[in-house]
Amino acid sequence: MAFVARRLFPVCTDYTMTSLSNPTAGGVSAPGSSQSDVHAKVYGDAEHLQVPAAAAHVSTEKMLDWFKQMLLIREFELRCMQAYQEKKIGGFCHVYIGQEAVAVGCTAAVEHKDPIVTAYRDHGHALARGMDPKHCMAEMFGRVGGCAKGKGGSMHMFDRDNNLYGGHGIVGAQTPLGAGLAFGCKYIDEVIEGKANSRVSLCFLGDGALNQGAFHEAMNLAGLFDIPVIYVVENNGYSMGTAIARGTTMAHSLITKAAGYGIDGYVVDGMDVVGVYADMKRIADKCRATSRPAFVDMRTYRYKGHSMSDPRKYRTKEEEEVFEKHDPIGRLEARLKAAGKLTDDSLKAMQKDVRDTVRDAVAWSDESPIPPMAELFHDVFVEPWGPYTGSSQPQMNGGTANQPSMRTIDTKEELS
Amino acid sequence: MSAVREIEYRDALREAMSEEMRRDKRVFLLGEEVAEYNGAYKISRGMLEEFGARRVIDTPISESGFAGLAIGAAMMGLKPVVEFMSWSFSLVAADPILNNAPKMLYMSGGQFGCPVVFRGNDGAGGQLGSTHSWCVEGLFSNVPGIKIAIPSNPYDAKGLLKTAIRGSDPVFFLESERMLGNKGEVPEEEYLIPFGQAKVIRSGTDCTLASWGRPVHFCMEAAEEMQKLGISCEVIDLRTVRPLDIGTVVRSVKKTGACVVVDQSWSFGSPGSEVASQVHRHCFDDLDNYVHRVHSADVPTPYATNLEQEYLPNARKIAEAVRSATYNL
Ligand SMILES: Cc1ncc(C[n+]2csc(CCOP(=O)(O)OP(=O)(O)O)c2C)c(N)n1
Ligand SMILES: [Mg+2]
Repeated sequence: MAFVARRLFPVCTDYTMTSLSNPTAGGVSAPGSSQSDVHAKVYGDAEHLQVPAAAAHVSTEKMLDWFKQMLLIREFELRCMQAYQEKKIGGFCHVYIGQEAVAVGCTAAVEHKDPIVTAYRDHGHALARGMDPKHCMAEMFGRVGGCAKGKGGSMHMFDRDNNLYGGHGIVGAQTPLGAGLAFGCKYIDEVIEGKANSRVSLCFLGDGALNQGAFHEAMNLAGLFDIPVIYVVENNGYSMGTAIARGTTMAHSLITKAAGYGIDGYVVDGMDVVGVYADMKRIADKCRATSRPAFVDMRTYRYKGHSMSDPRKYRTKEEEEVFEKHDPIGRLEARLKAAGKLTDDSLKAMQKDVRDTVRDAVAWSDESPIPPMAELFHDVFVEPWGPYTGSSQPQMNGGTANQPSMRTIDTKEELS
Repeated sequence: MSAVREIEYRDALREAMSEEMRRDKRVFLLGEEVAEYNGAYKISRGMLEEFGARRVIDTPISESGFAGLAIGAAMMGLKPVVEFMSWSFSLVAADPILNNAPKMLYMSGGQFGCPVVFRGNDGAGGQLGSTHSWCVEGLFSNVPGIKIAIPSNPYDAKGLLKTAIRGSDPVFFLESERMLGNKGEVPEEEYLIPFGQAKVIRSGTDCTLASWGRPVHFCMEAAEEMQKLGISCEVIDLRTVRPLDIGTVVRSVKKTGACVVVDQSWSFGSPGSEVASQVHRHCFDDLDNYVHRVHSADVPTPYATNLEQEYLPNARKIAEAVRSATYNL
């Protein structure tokens, strides 16, 4: 098929052959439980699994840093689940447990100036991007200390300082935005500043989002306009209770969809943070150099339910256990220990550190005040027009701030 | 003798769909997670088992695609029921549901109708944030060619949904996540409720409260509160906003001389503003004050609980509006 010619990396069907995997990590030993088989079980035919030919050089410090980031995300998410049970968090809340290697590895593979945009399962991306866990937690608590002053919630994490352009609640909504962020970067560099484009954008989406029209329009635009955006499909095998093959054509080879738009497609093992980093680094470097889009079928798994109210009846315990054996944290832990870079003691210290950080975030969020009522009416416009005068008096009536009031009694006035 | 039984709103919806599917093979259900998962909100629980996968169909997350598909199937003579997990997600299907369904009959000079029912959760579900809390009646009631039902209780939900499915025109059926667990009396025997018939659910003499959907319950609370102050409210559940039974509201306002319209959608160009405008026209000489309106605040829906509560219509705001509308009492 045509897309084969566009592949960067050689195909390797036996995952355990790659220099990046550690056969001892997560108990992968018998051929019957190789990574490919695990993926095949959930995603269908895994013959297109691609891995880099050689490991990128990764320092121990980096690996330890990623390890800690993944620990942090997991601990954070566990505390979120607890806080949700305690009703400190409301609405929909989707945790990232199992997928940590994706956000951490991808974020590490690009520069801080490179924009990131994602869907509603966004806490991991926010933390990996450098958002203070306090601000992330407080947002979910609906407190003014949250990254959006408590106005966005779990699904809508934004952080301008860290170039995080949002979690987005509508499936697929972020995919054209991702193209737009990259378009914007390129336009600024090339048209306004007269230099070469310097940034790539990362746009994360779930496998379920592949079936939104917006995604396909965005892909075509990205291909057509040479937009340096990388679509990272966090392929966890399910959209809610729908196994990927029940909802998506060519589920075993999603990169064929990219081929249709003339976009390079890659398959990456999203359960191995070092591999994610190595693959994504090469993809991002190429994307930056050529100013072209890319598409990544990032194979991962969510350990928990879709949201807080999902009993996961659509899959088996055995399947979950298989993936838990390939746990991204467990794998890196084994690897670091085997290399003598992590001891039981240093691990304990790290875990304690992370627990303290998250506990502090919770305590801080508990203390953070609820947003003042004035916040309800702030941030609608950069240049507001007229005051808000109550529920039956839209702001766009306009101008009343500087005019003698024509209004009669209104509920809001009585209330305030 | 009819046994009086109480069932949940979600069960009423399922009964309506199942009964109509039993009597008419052209009726089928499609949407995200409706079959194997038994519905994201368990409305279609057990329907896959009864009707099979050809008639209870799981779709990918492709609202534009499956809404359009349903319209095509309806043009072919079928009677699809499309479940939007939330009406907030119908926005990605805006073209088929607003440009195709309501206009097909007209554009084709009467040749092709669209007997399709789109249904799902509408309004704030509770801290779902700006993208997931749409009250789409504010947008869609502006469009000619669609009928819009917004039932507030299980009895109405069942009777109106059966009418919707049996009809020959496109219907937007707006439910509420917050009411799916509400119980109410629903008779065993079959009944249908025609569109365009409001229901006076509490009679009173001093002020008319007109509403639909979930805020009807807030109106009842407010009416209870006002009664303590000696102000008697008449509460009208409009049940459908297209068609709009303005006659029932007008008759009431002619009696009470005061009117408060409660509408969870935004105020600017809303069904609430339409009701108010029509009441002003028909009751100009009967009103002692202008028609008051209680809506959601004119801002995107906030996430924080305290802000969201202040954003939404509630009994307190309605009571304040009643007090203001009846200032002369
Ligand atoms: C347009 C739209 N339709 C439906 C939904 C409801 N919904 C939220 S998440 C989800 C499943 C998405 O699955 P996937 O894209 O695979 O992401 P994952 O949850 O696995 O991270 C659905 C159907 C939505 N938010 N937006
Ligand atoms: Mg998924």
